[in-house]
Amino acid sequence: MELIKLLVVDDEPGIRSGVSRVLRDFSVSYPFMDEACKFEIIEAPTGEDAIEIINNNLPDIMLLDNKLPGIQGIEVLEYVSKNHLDIVVIMITSYASLEVAVKATKNGAFDFIPKPFTPQELRSSMETITKQVYFRRMTKKLNTVGKQVRFQFLSVLSHELKAPLNAIEGYLKMMEEKQYGENIDDYQAIVERSISRVKGMRSLIMDLLDLTKIESGTTTRDIKEVNLLEIAQISVDSMKPFAIQNDVNVYLNSNTEIKINADAREMEIVFNNLISNAIKYNKSGGRVDCAIKPKDDFVVFTISDNGIGMSEEDMSKLFNEFVRIKNQRTKGISGSGLGLSIVKKIIDAYDGDITVTSSPDKGTTFTVTLPKSL
Amino acid sequence: MKKVLIVDDDMDYLFQLKTKVEKLGFEVITADGQYEAEHVLESFKPDLAIFDLMMENEDSGFILSYKMKRRYPDVPIIIATAVTAETGMSFAVHSEEERKWIKADLYMDKGIRADQLHREINKLLKI
Repeated sequence: MELIKLLVVDDEPGIRSGVSRVLRDFSVSYPFMDEACKFEIIEAPTGEDAIEIINNNLPDIMLLDNKLPGIQGIEVLEYVSKNHLDIVVIMITSYASLEVAVKATKNGAFDFIPKPFTPQELRSSMETITKQVYFRRMTKKLNTVGKQVRFQFLSVLSHELKAPLNAIEGYLKMMEEKQYGENIDDYQAIVERSISRVKGMRSLIMDLLDLTKIESGTTTRDIKEVNLLEIAQISVDSMKPFAIQNDVNVYLNSNTEIKINADAREMEIVFNNLISNAIKYNKSGGRVDCAIKPKDDFVVFTISDNGIGMSEEDMSKLFNEFVRIKNQRTKGISGSGLGLSIVKKIIDAYDGDITVTSSPDKGTTFTVTLPKSL
Repeated sequence: MKKVLIVDDDMDYLFQLKTKVEKLGFEVITADGQYEAEHVLESFKPDLAIFDLMMENEDSGFILSYKMKRRYPDVPIIIATAVTAETGMSFAVHSEEERKWIKADLYMDKGIRADQLHREINKLLKI
């Protein structure tokens, strides 16, 4: 039996005892859990009490009312997020207090329960949150045991690898069953789709190979003096056909040689990935500008586009594995979701830095800073 | 003609399943992800829905099921996924306990044959 500690912060005793009553004998179990989760309920009538309890005995979940006699719920939430405490916070709010809701989300509240809530609403909300807590615990366990099991990574990876296989298999079956009759020409569209899925899978596998090499550190880096301008030029040239296909112009706006100590192949991966992204997430008639400049002991290069851009939220998860921005503007653009995480890993390996600025529909700029010598 | 809503973010699978279900004699409406489906459901009530699981979110299919059951409790939902084979997690909806949280009426493997699919749909639609 997994025990989940739940702290209920509300100045109304009725709410506190109600929550206790509803959840006392309630347990959550999902098919993927080894054991069912039960709740240990701790009650706090004020925000001050809540903080004291948090400091002594960290709960997993906090049900937090905003209107409290002393400090407000939102301040308790701020305390939690400022101290990076690992608590899933659910605010109890009335629907009317939109302002509180917005502020709470910014401060990391996981969810809301509108007041008044029924026992059933409380229970179903707890089910979702318990799943969250359970996954966090599992991840922590995996990390502390020191197993390099990257559950999330592997499950997403296998999904990404299987999806194209399923699609191709489906098309082959349609052909086997002669769904469109005897004429081979009638199958052209599905053959083309199949070929394009094969290509997608190949590029995923190539990216994956790059990534695992960098991650395991087994690639022997071939560090020598390289001319970044030359590598950028090669990359721009090799992207030309792709750029023409997308009706995008790519410019390299530097002409001085810049020498740094690095592995030429890795630098090429960085340029290729950043430039191909700038082409992909662009508009017809768009442009990509690359510039390289020395700055003290560093070299700074920027890849800017005037393409579709992205939101603040999208930017925050951009460098994670398998993150692909999905919205109306990126519809139909294919990619493995590994390109930028590869770039980030390479740059980290050189003690460099990569930043991004972007605004939707205006464009995106990636800025990379690398030390000239390792 | 009964209307089936199919939601999947893989355009090829969406197309294939649409073709399959249309051949069974249903009208098919598609959405290419959780958010588009939520939008569609605001003004449209299907007779049956088939959701992929991993779309914008890892549990998009469950989120959609939950939201749709709240709006149209009588519309049967099938979750079509290859997740079992991928993660080793089993999501079959058999026991009461599982039905309570999954909020879908049937879990179906993505590689399902057309005739099996037809039987399952008819069962859910009580045809």
